[in-house]
Amino acid sequence: MGITAAISPVPLGLNGMEILNNLMHGFSIAFAFENLMWAAFGVFMGNLIGVLPGMGVLAAISILLPLTYTMTPTAALVMLSGIYYGSQYGGGITSIMLNLPGTASHAVACLDGNPLAKSGRAGSALFMLMFSSFCGASVGILAMILFSPVLVDLAFKFGPAEYTAMMLLGLLAGATLAKGSAVKGVAMVVVGLLLGVVGTDVNSGIMRFNFGILELSDGFQIVALAMGLFGVADFLKNINRLGNETTVSTSKIGMKSMRPEAGDIKQSRGALMRGTAIGAAFGVLPGTGPTIASFISYAVEKKVAREPQRFGRGAIEGIAGPEAANSASTQTSFIPTMSLGIPGDPVMALMLGALIIHGIQPGPQMMIEHADMFWGLIASFWVGNVLLLLLNLPLIGMWVRLLTVPFRYPFPGCTVFRLRRRL
Amino acid sequence: MQAKRSAIRREWWAGGTMVSLGIGAIVESTTYSIGSLARMGPGMFPAILGTVLVLLGVLIARLATSPLNIDTDRDADAVSAPEWRGWACIIGGLLAFMLVGRFGGLVAATFVLVFVAALGDRQHTLRSAALLAVAVTVIGVVVFSWGLQLQFPLFRWG
Repeated sequence: MGITAAISPVPLGLNGMEILNNLMHGFSIAFAFENLMWAAFGVFMGNLIGVLPGMGVLAAISILLPLTYTMTPTAALVMLSGIYYGSQYGGGITSIMLNLPGTASHAVACLDGNPLAKSGRAGSALFMLMFSSFCGASVGILAMILFSPVLVDLAFKFGPAEYTAMMLLGLLAGATLAKGSAVKGVAMVVVGLLLGVVGTDVNSGIMRFNFGILELSDGFQIVALAMGLFGVADFLKNINRLGNETTVSTSKIGMKSMRPEAGDIKQSRGALMRGTAIGAAFGVLPGTGPTIASFISYAVEKKVAREPQRFGRGAIEGIAGPEAANSASTQTSFIPTMSLGIPGDPVMALMLGALIIHGIQPGPQMMIEHADMFWGLIASFWVGNVLLLLLNLPLIGMWVRLLTVPFRYPFPGCTVFRLRRRL
Repeated sequence: MQAKRSAIRREWWAGGTMVSLGIGAIVESTTYSIGSLARMGPGMFPAILGTVLVLLGVLIARLATSPLNIDTDRDADAVSAPEWRGWACIIGGLLAFMLVGRFGGLVAATFVLVFVAALGDRQHTLRSAALLAVAVTVIGVVVFSWGLQLQFPLFRWG
């Protein structure tokens, strides 16, 4: 007994039994009526937003952020993360049916998904999308369960110097590793820090940069900032540019057509596992979100395939791999966010914002001080993914029909929702 | 060549914006006490940030003409023409909401916001925009006024 404990990779005090206990406790929280309801609401909204072209996850989360003021922190997180991974299911539907990526991370799904749909195999493509998303997410959640306690063990040893180093890493990693110019990324980090200066100085109590406006003495409202940056900006970007080419045969996609063709699963088993591994690994790194993971997975599949020329013309592996990568990295990107407080991408930054709204300081201590919330959230991921699977199989026809709604109808209404915290 | 020159000009604008933001921060920070490195005053941190921002802005502008930059900016050429009408309508709608909300209450403000924003889309007619605005106003009243009990009068005169 003593020897196994000594050589086991799991750190002291956090053995398998304890993780299992925590997880059971987490499930009891996730199944509490309030949390379950918000999880269902979150994944439904996420799925919807993923399907609608031109409505990003960031915009959706920033719209719904004010709703969480009245919720418990656990329910708030459960809902917001439900939107995030829910949109990963929905986004692929748009890619396959319209050849139009609902979210950037699904651009790859267009390459083979759309040819499949055009050749009348939309049903099996959609099935593979759901199936590989679910597998990827499950593995991602497992990784989160196993790795987070290790990180927490490490976090106990953290002093001020380590915290400062980690904060710097968090600020710079997201800005420089993501796509685009690194210099501009760093410049925007500095602008963000300057925005953070607005308000009352903690040390001296002096009002800084409030230009005589009383409302600014508390600093900027994170919700207002998020809406302006991610919500309104999204509309400005997409108006008159989207939804004009939405013509596709959406008839006859129902639950019955969502049946995998013989050999589909066998053919894409390898792709699925490789994609999951790639996604899980990339999700943990800050700055490399689902988008990069899915592109890399696609490249890998093309490399290892016996007939690479099939890719781009409707290879089912071209959906299985990237979509598994996508979902796995979506889940594992919660690891640095929840355990260390380092947001890997803007979505995770908004999650941390939601925590701050509720007075919870993100960081290594959070997993210990708010263990209930942490394990409840993890359990809710699984609940949410199962819900998504159940939701998508019967409702796939509805989602597909939804694709025919032009962008000009949803967007003006959404401007109202983002404004109601003002005045 | 035209595309390249406009790309360079855009980089200059970006760098210039950063420089002016940085200078603004430095100027404003001088109105607070700087303190010393050991005992930083409220002006110290913004002044440092402003300086860094100015340097980064200069760097961005310098990189615009360097050959290193040409490859990374390829997708930037895909940016289509500015959509002035859409932008004006969305932002105008938001401003109108604040103004009308102040003097006319939630119902009028919601209607104006949705109506104006919808007109930003070329495919909306006056009629369809008005219908949409009425629908959203009804939903808005149900959700915010009855559902969430938001403290915002439905009607207000003057």
